[in-house]
Amino acid sequence: MGDRSLAGYLTQVYAVADAEVRKLRHDPTELLTRAIQPAIWLILFGEVMAQVRGLAPGGVPYLDFLAPGILAQSVLFAAIFFGISAIWERDLGVLHRYMVSPAPRSALVIGKAVSSAVRGLSQAVVVYILAAALGIGVNFHPLSLLAAAALIALGSGLFSTFSLIVACIVKTRERFMGIGQVLTMPIFFASNAIYPIDIMPPWLQAVSRANPLTYEVDGLRAFMLEGGVSRFGLLTDCAVLLGAWLVLTALAARLYPRMTT
Amino acid sequence: MIETEGLSRRFGEHLAVDDVSLVVRSGEIFGLIGPNGAGKSTLIKMLTTLLPPTAGVARVAGFDVVRQASLVRRHIGYVPQLLSADGALTGYENLLLSARLYLIPRAERESHIAEALERTGLTEAAHRLAQTYSGGMLRRLEIAQSTLHRPELLIMDEPTVGLDPVARTGVWEHVRKLRESFGTTILLTTHLMEEVDALCDRLGVLHRGRLEEVGTPEELKAEIGPEATLDDVFARVAGGDIETIGRYADTRATRRSAIEHG
Repeated sequence: MGDRSLAGYLTQVYAVADAEVRKLRHDPTELLTRAIQPAIWLILFGEVMAQVRGLAPGGVPYLDFLAPGILAQSVLFAAIFFGISAIWERDLGVLHRYMVSPAPRSALVIGKAVSSAVRGLSQAVVVYILAAALGIGVNFHPLSLLAAAALIALGSGLFSTFSLIVACIVKTRERFMGIGQVLTMPIFFASNAIYPIDIMPPWLQAVSRANPLTYEVDGLRAFMLEGGVSRFGLLTDCAVLLGAWLVLTALAARLYPRMTT
Repeated sequence: MIETEGLSRRFGEHLAVDDVSLVVRSGEIFGLIGPNGAGKSTLIKMLTTLLPPTAGVARVAGFDVVRQASLVRRHIGYVPQLLSADGALTGYENLLLSARLYLIPRAERESHIAEALERTGLTEAAHRLAQTYSGGMLRRLEIAQSTLHRPELLIMDEPTVGLDPVARTGVWEHVRKLRESFGTTILLTTHLMEEVDALCDRLGVLHRGRLEEVGTPEELKAEIGPEATLDDVFARVAGGDIETIGRYADTRATRRSAIEHG
């Protein structure tokens, strides 16, 4: 059974991802409840902040500026608590089934990231519909949609893998809940999601530039909006996200087996 | 099938498994007994490659558990003490997941799964979520998941914990059938002397991490006296320690898994 082959590896990645997606299909309530948060941000926060003149750069309406940020945010929030389910699986014993299988640990980690990407994309559908309904100039060109989907999948995989690493280190749900909150807020606020980097104090600008979320939002601004442009360059955005994801995946594959010891 | 030499595992100051040399022969059902905290689960985690040993060597299904961990995993099946079937998936989906993880060729997947469902009496319940299964059904599903790839060795950690007597007998029958049909070697841990009597060809008694006795149930009983039972064997090895050992974590794990399967 050539399990060292790429086809075998991909089968194992697919096995993990497919199981997660089937669980979502059996109980999609999570997807519905997760749609509420971006709606609140766009409608309440967005409409109020739109009154502040000149917050968005280059004369772009604030809601247009905000929408890609909220999209990235909802993907981040869904992904960052991914570690909880990893701890849950460990406590139940389900994780043992994965760990005693011959699947390489990296295949398990990537499978989980792919399933998180599916969640992220379903979030994106909601935010796109919401944004269009609010009159935001959303770019529905198929190629732009495809590119945005790729960025969302990458961001989702990246932050869920980060979450998995945290779970491997803290190991209990109680500790994770505390740390999850502490991590989410800085990642969100120290980014360009809801305001441009230029209005930040210099030290925070430096933090933002080291924050992968910044690059995800930057790429999404180019792909999601009519006439949207990337500030750092799409190549940079993709390279940063891909690089960070690969490093985190390698790290998670090393740490994941510790969950069952 | 299993050969360990001087196998040990230390957690800080605590020596959970201490210099265990054990041989489990091909085709036998081997029982591992001992009080809570005796090191049974730690030993099993090392044999299933989940935990690296601190000293000693172990060969399982012909492969070294440290250097050839992935080969070991491919040749064995493991049913953990905790609930390892995913309740949010159906029985069929749980089996499909295992079939893919073990790289059973696509052409054979469906027939393997159908046969496993048939053998475990779960065909009718196949498309129900596993969280609606009874404890006995879950255990049978877990065994089916762990044997779908026809492992040479099946390791089970307290396979009947929390099951009622009828479900327990069902699991025993299933384990016997596995050996008859596929010649599977089986290593299991248990607290039930009845289970050892019903199933095991040989047993080992662990106490404070050391393998104190190994033999057939008859041999071990005969060492004590003509009327001796396995309870006497157990009591002789564990002595008066039985009440004082089991740790909080063990108790919690056992009770939780009893609740989940019950």
